[in-house]
Amino acid sequence: MTRPERGPSLWRFAAPQHFYPLAGRLAPWFAALAALLTIAGLWIGFVVAPTDATQGQVYRVIFIHVPAAWMSMFIYLIMAFWSAVGLIMNTRLSFVMSQALAPTGAMFCFVALWTGALWGKPTWGAYWVWDARLTSQLLLLFLYFGFIALTRAIEDPRRGDRAGAIIALVGAVNVPIIYFSVQWWNTLHQGASVSVTKAPSMATTMLTGMLVMAIASWMYTIAVVLWRVRPMILERERHTEWVAAELDRLAPGAARKSGGRA
Amino acid sequence: MLSTFFAVLRRDLLLAWRGRSDVLVTLAFFIIVVCLFPFGVGAEPNQLRAIAPGVLWVAALLACLLSLHRLFAQDYADGTLEQLLLSREPAALWVMAKVLAFWISTGLPVVAVAPAMALLLDLEQGGLPVLVLSLALGTPILALLGAVGAALTLGLRGGGMLLALLVLPLFVPVLIFGAGAVEAELSGTGALAHLLLLGGGLAGAMALAPIACAAALRISTD
Repeated sequence: MTRPERGPSLWRFAAPQHFYPLAGRLAPWFAALAALLTIAGLWIGFVVAPTDATQGQVYRVIFIHVPAAWMSMFIYLIMAFWSAVGLIMNTRLSFVMSQALAPTGAMFCFVALWTGALWGKPTWGAYWVWDARLTSQLLLLFLYFGFIALTRAIEDPRRGDRAGAIIALVGAVNVPIIYFSVQWWNTLHQGASVSVTKAPSMATTMLTGMLVMAIASWMYTIAVVLWRVRPMILERERHTEWVAAELDRLAPGAARKSGGRA
Repeated sequence: MLSTFFAVLRRDLLLAWRGRSDVLVTLAFFIIVVCLFPFGVGAEPNQLRAIAPGVLWVAALLACLLSLHRLFAQDYADGTLEQLLLSREPAALWVMAKVLAFWISTGLPVVAVAPAMALLLDLEQGGLPVLVLSLALGTPILALLGAVGAALTLGLRGGGMLLALLVLPLFVPVLIFGAGAVEAELSGTGALAHLLLLGGGLAGAMALAPIACAAALRISTD
């Protein structure tokens, strides 16, 4: 650093060069926390929590289903947030963050839909009903797919970043509209035959298990995103000296060897 | 400022008129998609009557989707788009003019033909005015939202499929309220709420979509 230090400012981590080592240092901690909390949460959910009076053992899927559904929605909001930050402040790292979040969000979305289907078959008698929540979750998955497909289809990272940010923001504006329209559509068509909203009052252990699993999902998301961001940073900053030094440290002589072979 | 709007509008409409076959292809597509449904679900009149609003709306939506790529592609290819972006006129303004011209040349014919297609599906005649009105309010929203997607996918490989993936989830509310309006009218609840929501959606889309679209065009031509 040639610049004089102006005290420890968190802003300097907005620079990919500084964020890269920080991400590497933090990721294992979040991963360890995620593993511990997952074990604890699953133990509470599958062993400690009592069997549900009306649903039997099937209800235990909520310990995965509900946190996954929460995460899928939060992640879209965070993605939109980073996209807005990127467009406004013109920070490269923000776009990288939003793109690193998308696959995890889509994964949670899919997990929520899949576990919901497995729960629905024994409970409702059908893998899928066109319930407002299910439908809006499905549309959210499509929004994720659209974002991922668009950012992957554009080769120029500058254009890809910004195009992805715009579609993420347009999607974020539309998510509430989609949600309410689907809800209205649903009530018009089949009435409230299936209501997920009226959850029966939950035993404290069940709630605890669910919350622990939710925090575990957060930790997992943070760990995975930090890990995913690192190679993305290296790829984008590959023309800089610090990346060359870092690559040399990761695989000494690899660059020279491949150069020699060619 | 308004002179720019009308100049772009006039130019795009003139281009659409000179290439009338493109417009007719969109219309033919709409008609054929509607005609496919009886083959798929059977020609039972009651069933056709029940699905008619949804079928007409989905067909109109697909017709709009498949013609969206034409909105900017030609101007992008011959450099007109860059010149427009370089000009001092606000981009949202001429984007609005282009989208309006696009809607007049592809959406309006579909709206005009829809009542005739509704008769093929034996839709009750009382629903026809609401069908036309809902399409007239809804298809401009599709064009506006689609324009953002078209601007983002400009010049990309496999742009058509990508465009569909991007904009179809956004089209869902329009489809719900559009088809819902006709069904509400026929079931006796009245279509006013649906039509007002469509109108509100159109007003919101007219205010926001041209800005997003202009930003997307800047990114794509950068």
